[in-house]
This record gives sequence, C-alpha cells and structure tokens, in this order.
Amino acid sequence: MDESVPADHPGVTRSRRRRSGWGKLLAPYLLGLPAVAWLAVLFIVPLAIMLSLSLKTCDPASGACTMTWSWGQLPHQVNLYHAQFITSLVYAGAATLIDLAISFPIAYWIAFYGGRKKNFFLMMLLVPFFVSFVIRTLIWQFILSNDGFLMGFLRHHHLVSPSFHILGTGYAVIAGLAYNYLPFTALPLYVAIERIDRRVLDAAHDLYANRTTAFMKVVFPLAIPGIFAAFLLTFIPAFGDYVNQELLGGTSSTMIGTVIQNSFLVSGDYAGGSSLSLVLLVVALVGIWLYARVLGSRSIEEYL
Amino acid sequence: MSVAPFQTSANERVERKPRHLGRFALPVYSWLVIAYLVLPIAFMIIFSFNKVFHGFQQVSFTWNGFTTQWYREWNNVPGLSSSFWLSIRLALISMAISTVIGTLLAIALVRYRPDKFRGKGVIEQMLFVNIAAPEIVMGASLLGLFVTFNIARGFLTLVLAHVMFSIAYVAVTVRARLAGFDRSLEEAAHDLGAGPLSTFRLVTLPLIMPGVLAGALMAFALSIDDFVTSNFVGGTSVPFPVYIYGASRVGTHPQVFVFGAVIFAIGITFALLSLVIARKDS
Repeated sequence: MDESVPADHPGVTRSRRRRSGWGKLLAPYLLGLPAVAWLAVLFIVPLAIMLSLSLKTCDPASGACTMTWSWGQLPHQVNLYHAQFITSLVYAGAATLIDLAISFPIAYWIAFYGGRKKNFFLMMLLVPFFVSFVIRTLIWQFILSNDGFLMGFLRHHHLVSPSFHILGTGYAVIAGLAYNYLPFTALPLYVAIERIDRRVLDAAHDLYANRTTAFMKVVFPLAIPGIFAAFLLTFIPAFGDYVNQELLGGTSSTMIGTVIQNSFLVSGDYAGGSSLSLVLLVVALVGIWLYARVLGSRSIEEYL
Repeated sequence: MSVAPFQTSANERVERKPRHLGRFALPVYSWLVIAYLVLPIAFMIIFSFNKVFHGFQQVSFTWNGFTTQWYREWNNVPGLSSSFWLSIRLALISMAISTVIGTLLAIALVRYRPDKFRGKGVIEQMLFVNIAAPEIVMGASLLGLFVTFNIARGFLTLVLAHVMFSIAYVAVTVRARLAGFDRSLEEAAHDLGAGPLSTFRLVTLPLIMPGVLAGALMAFALSIDDFVTSNFVGGTSVPFPVYIYGASRVGTHPQVFVFGAVIFAIGITFALLSLVIARKDS
C-alpha cells in the first residue's frame, strides 16, 4: 500500500511498522469478507441447495423431500413444460426486439444531439422506474382493459370491432414486458453509442461516406456490443418474469416464471420448481458466456 | 458540443435530406418515446383523483369526476400503509448493510492485485453472475434454503435477501468511482502523520462519497421496488409491492394510485434537484 513512500521519511516508519505483517497481508480478505460471506451463504449455497432439490422427490401433500438422485427430473420437467418455455421465449424475445427497435433511435439521438440536455433526456428514459414495478404493470392492465383508457377510446369511436380485446392475450403481456424493461435496453445502447469516437465518423465523412453509409459502416458496427448487452439485460429478466403474464395475460399462454412460482408457492413441488429454475439459470448463463466468448468478458460489465 | 464536427462535415459534403432526420424526425420520434414512457404514469396520477361508483372501492376505468377523497382517506385501506412503512424500513436497513459491506468489497477489489488478493477473479465473477441471474431463480433458491434449514420467513429473511441482491450493485458502482481515485492523496495524508483510519475517514471516504451515495440510492431503489424475491421469502411480512400484487387480484384500491403518485412525486423531485445541482457544479 505504501511502497512508493520513501522509507526514511520520519513520519511514516511508525505507522508503517504497525501496518506491516499479518494485518497488511490480510487486509484485502478482511475488507472483502463480509460481502463475500453474505453472498456465499445467501447466493451460492441456495443455488447448490436448488441443484440438490432438483434431484429429490417431493411429496406435494407434506412438502417433505427425500433424495432419490432422480437425474431424469430435469429433462422430464423440460418436456412437461416445453410449451411454457417456448411461450416465454416468444414473449420475451418479441418484447426485447420491440425495445431494441424503439430505443436505438432515441439512444442515438441523445448520444449525438442531446447536447447540454443529455442528463435530462436520460432521466426521462428512467421515469418509469420512479413508479413501483407492480403498479406500472397494473396501469397497463387499466390501459389495455376493454373499457379502459386506450381500448375504451378505440371501441367508443368504432375503430376496432367490439369483439376485439387485448387484455388477457399474449399481446398484452408483450406490451407490458416491453414497457417495463425499455430502460434496460435504452441505457446500454446509449452508453455504447455515446462511446463511439466522433473522429472515426469525421474520417468516414472525409472519405466521402454519406450519412447513411457512415451510419451503416461505422455507427452500427461499433454499437454491436451495446446491442447484445442490451439484448441480454432485457431478455434475461423478461424471460423469467411472471408478473406481467399474471396481471396482463390472464390464464391463457402461461410463461415459465408462472410455473416456477406456482410449483414453489402453490403446489409445493420444490423438486420440479428447482429443475425449471436451473434451466432458466443455465439459459441466462449460456447467453452471457456466449457474449463473453465473442465480445470479451469485461465489456458487458460496462453496460450495467 | 459533440454536434459541431458533425455539422461542418455535413454542411460541406453531405446532401440535405439526411440532415433533416437529425433535425426533425429524430427529435419528434424521441419525444414520442418519452411520451410513451411518461403517459402511463400521468394516467396513474390523473386517475388517483377519479371518483368511484358506490359499493366496492376500486379504481374505475372511466372518468367519473374529480375528487381528492383518496388523498384524504389514504390510510383507509387496512394493511396498505403498514406494508408501505415495512418496505421503507426494509429498504433503509438493507441499504445501510449492503452499502457498508459492498463499499468495503469494492475497495478491496480496486486496491489489490490478484497476487495480493487471491480469489479476486472468482469474486468478480460471482458479482457478475449475481447481477445477471434471473430474479426468480434467486428468490426460489432462497426459499429452498430457508425451507431446508427450517428458518421462519419474515422480516429477517427479507433483510437477508435484499442485502444479498444489493451487494453486487453497490460494489460495482463504488468500484467504478474508485477506479479514477488518486492514491497520492492518501500517501500525502500518510506523510502528514495520519493513521490508516483517519486517512480513510478524512481523505478516502469524502472522495469516494459520490460513488457510495449512488450505490446506496441504487440499493434503496432495488429494495423498495422488489417484488419477486420478497414474494418468495417474505412469509408473514408483506412489503408494499407484494401487498399491491395480492390486493390487485381482488381489485385495486384508488389509494394504491395515491401511494404511487406521491412516491413518484418525491422521487422525481429529488432527481430533478440533483440534476440542477449537478449542472450548477459544472
């Protein structure tokens, strides 16, 4: 810590001696210990327990689980709920693509034309976060319900047929997911575009690239790491989300998050729920691992 | 500022049409996106002033007239305000704990190279996976832990869980701030005879304070808005989002929108103030 301080400096030797030896060697471990211990006990150990639970067989009536080393549980559960996995994939994928399409132009505009108001516009992107997630989803329930704000208006003016409805369908779930997770897409995109060196763009213009070419050959390729980071940071939480599905989707089209929540909190099937959670975790980790392999492991952290 | 080099090259060589995209279409589009983000919240605030029909008190979809009844009767829904205060208590406690231990970890991660701090790489990866893991997986696995060890679910398990998912965010935020830290300032304090503790208190802490505050705010926001994990580990303690979710299955009380509107007003005021202060500073 104080290697660079000259040793013959009178004021230092005393304090230096006190800090030398074990204290200095242990310092990083002591500083890190509380946080690491907390995460080890409440993050890593639970994941290990989840793995072991997925190998057990649980009695739904008593909730008691016995170890049966049932390795077949995982493929069995995936097979049983493959429709819900596909639904989650489609809804989360659609919401993420919508968010990318909505966010890219605004992220580009704020980064390149935001000027002195950049921080203001970024805050406007974060405005939804000042309202609780559950309330935000409830608002969409009201906006999309048949006699609500949007649909009521459309129906009143006969712009849609009376039998047309959104609430209770997959479209409502996608709309809710897209709204709730938009900031997760827009901010990484902004960070990526903002970071583009303007001199590279000038060089493109000097080489007679018009604005479209410059965008396609310079801005877009340089934004690709940000696009993938935005995709992961939106898709992973949306894939495991069940609040939007439960509040907006009704009983049709169940997502995998709902199944997991029900097996833990309603039916008490911890073994089944654990298997499905593990699959979810693996999906997330594989996505991140692929990102790290292709675009470098450190770069995604810069977008958090 | 950043527009300047762009303008000159555009003026010189590039045809006019694409420039209008930046001058007209993009701003209009961007404001439409902002409207899309803000309008649902405006809708919530407006309908918190909406009258309801007689009978069961729940938010009505149609406009029945202006009333401040729900603001006056904000405390009339049993369980709503107590769940709100529980959420505030929970957020303050988990913010305090996660900020302190997350900051200490961030200092260790920035200060020491892997040869002095074995396991640093593993810890960084653990933080990363912790942030990236789907929340439902963390909530469900915590429930598995508490059930396996027969720990009664309540306020204590909520604190344990909320600190767990806040630590990584605090550590990453503070680490980003510490990375540009000038170590020679600490060495100067050392030279002037300050011990390690007073160096930390008088030099290090004031300098990293903005990062620590940002991390603390993040921890507070994460905790107060958390639904998924709390729903799994809350047990007998019901935080605000869990209460609203449960109540919404029966019908949403207008007071829920009142709480939403007031929390929004307080949050946005603080955010705008910090923007104004930041602008004055620069």
